[in-house]
Amino acid sequence: MIEIENLCKSFTLHNQNAAVIPVMAGANLAVGRGECVGLIGASGAGKSTLMRMVWGNYLAASGTIRVGSLDVVTASPRQIIALRRETLGYVSQFLRVVPRVPTLDVVAEPLLNLGVPAGTARARAAELLARLNIPQRLWDLSPTTFSGGEQQRVNIARGFAHPFPALLLDEPTASLDAANREVVLTLILEAKARGAAILGIFHDEGARDRVCDRLIDVRAFTPKAAA
Amino acid sequence: MTDLSHTFAAAADKPLLQVKNLTKRYGARIGCADISFDVYPGEVVGIVGESGSGKSTLLSCLAGHLRPDQGEVIFETAQGARDTVLMGEAERRRLARTDWAYVHQNPRDGLRMGVSAGGNVGERLMAIGARHYGGIRDKAIDWLGRVEIDAGRVDDRPSAFSGGMQQRLQIARNLVTAPRLVFMDEPTGGLDVSVQARLLDLLRGLVREMGLSAIIVTHDLAVVRLLADRLMVMKGGHVVEAGLTDQVLDDPQHEYTQLLVSSVLQV
Repeated sequence: MIEIENLCKSFTLHNQNAAVIPVMAGANLAVGRGECVGLIGASGAGKSTLMRMVWGNYLAASGTIRVGSLDVVTASPRQIIALRRETLGYVSQFLRVVPRVPTLDVVAEPLLNLGVPAGTARARAAELLARLNIPQRLWDLSPTTFSGGEQQRVNIARGFAHPFPALLLDEPTASLDAANREVVLTLILEAKARGAAILGIFHDEGARDRVCDRLIDVRAFTPKAAA
Repeated sequence: MTDLSHTFAAAADKPLLQVKNLTKRYGARIGCADISFDVYPGEVVGIVGESGSGKSTLLSCLAGHLRPDQGEVIFETAQGARDTVLMGEAERRRLARTDWAYVHQNPRDGLRMGVSAGGNVGERLMAIGARHYGGIRDKAIDWLGRVEIDAGRVDDRPSAFSGGMQQRLQIARNLVTAPRLVFMDEPTGGLDVSVQARLLDLLRGLVREMGLSAIIVTHDLAVVRLLADRLMVMKGGHVVEAGLTDQVLDDPQHEYTQLLVSSVLQV
């Protein structure tokens, strides 16, 4: 479902002496349907960079990233927008939403964007919020004022509202208590069971062991310093 | 509404607006040069850049307020694709009050200040042939509600409104006729942040529910991140970078965009 071949990336900082920083070279990996692959490697090794290239907000220098039938590296913005609406979900570490929008609508939004009727979308959102232990009295409030852990759970609910065939998870259990962590791990296992291809970053080793089928150390993709 | 959204879905793979090599000069100076892009139904395109970069000139050329020196602005009308630059004035004006809408930076430029709030909204309906007074008033009140203006203010003049209310009234006036393309020049500029958020939410809902397309000129990067699907960055009259909004903001390629993005103060 997700196939990455010979992916390279560098950053050019035009305003800092035009420094060119190579960050990735020759990355290869594949995630099949129903499979969860965890990215490991020290901070700064390029885990998030790789995830962002798959999501399409970082441009790759060369190589291919196929998600379903689309090559994200060469896709047009419109194709990436369609991919994100229908095929590829992303649970980032941070919740970025329009202020003042009720939590229930924030979670229902991915479904509303797909044309799901509002009632059905909100029912699905309510079900996920309840599972993730967000108290019902908060559903009509904007999540911008919630605690870190609550915001993360809202983000997870949003990411799982539509059954995406491919999912990117950036530390989905990072700031959760044991009970909520368990709910999230169950959601991930359910997504795998329905055939979703998942690429994730998990610093939580217990979680990693529970959900990941394979681990890939991104240090293998770090460019070797020129001799 | 359902019927409409079907039409939009069917037309979604055909651009609503095609801009080709648009150039506008002010004497020897460049207003905007060689601008080409497409806007698809249901898509929001953001244009950012410092003041003087040509973004407002571009928007005025697109909306027919300024005549470009060269280039085409092709709009998919109900009767097929038409180059609006070559249209007669009467036809372009008809377009401006039906399929198009223009939200000015200063609401005073887009409202009739001596006419009641309800009249401001109703006027656009009458311009496209609505004649039933009760129906017009009901629709005006419905739209005032959507932009969160109390129905009790329907007979007040906009001059009695706050700046934020005037801007919301301008948006209601523009959207009441269900346009297909909205041009917005700094729609949230000068509004306090809580009103900004309210407007953003309103606009996102309209894009989703009415299949509205929009071209938004702003210098607020936070606004475009939440609202725009695609982004164009202008400098010195040229588009220096364009792409998916979060790609341009998170991994800017051009020197100027990098400077722009790194200059934003974090709250």
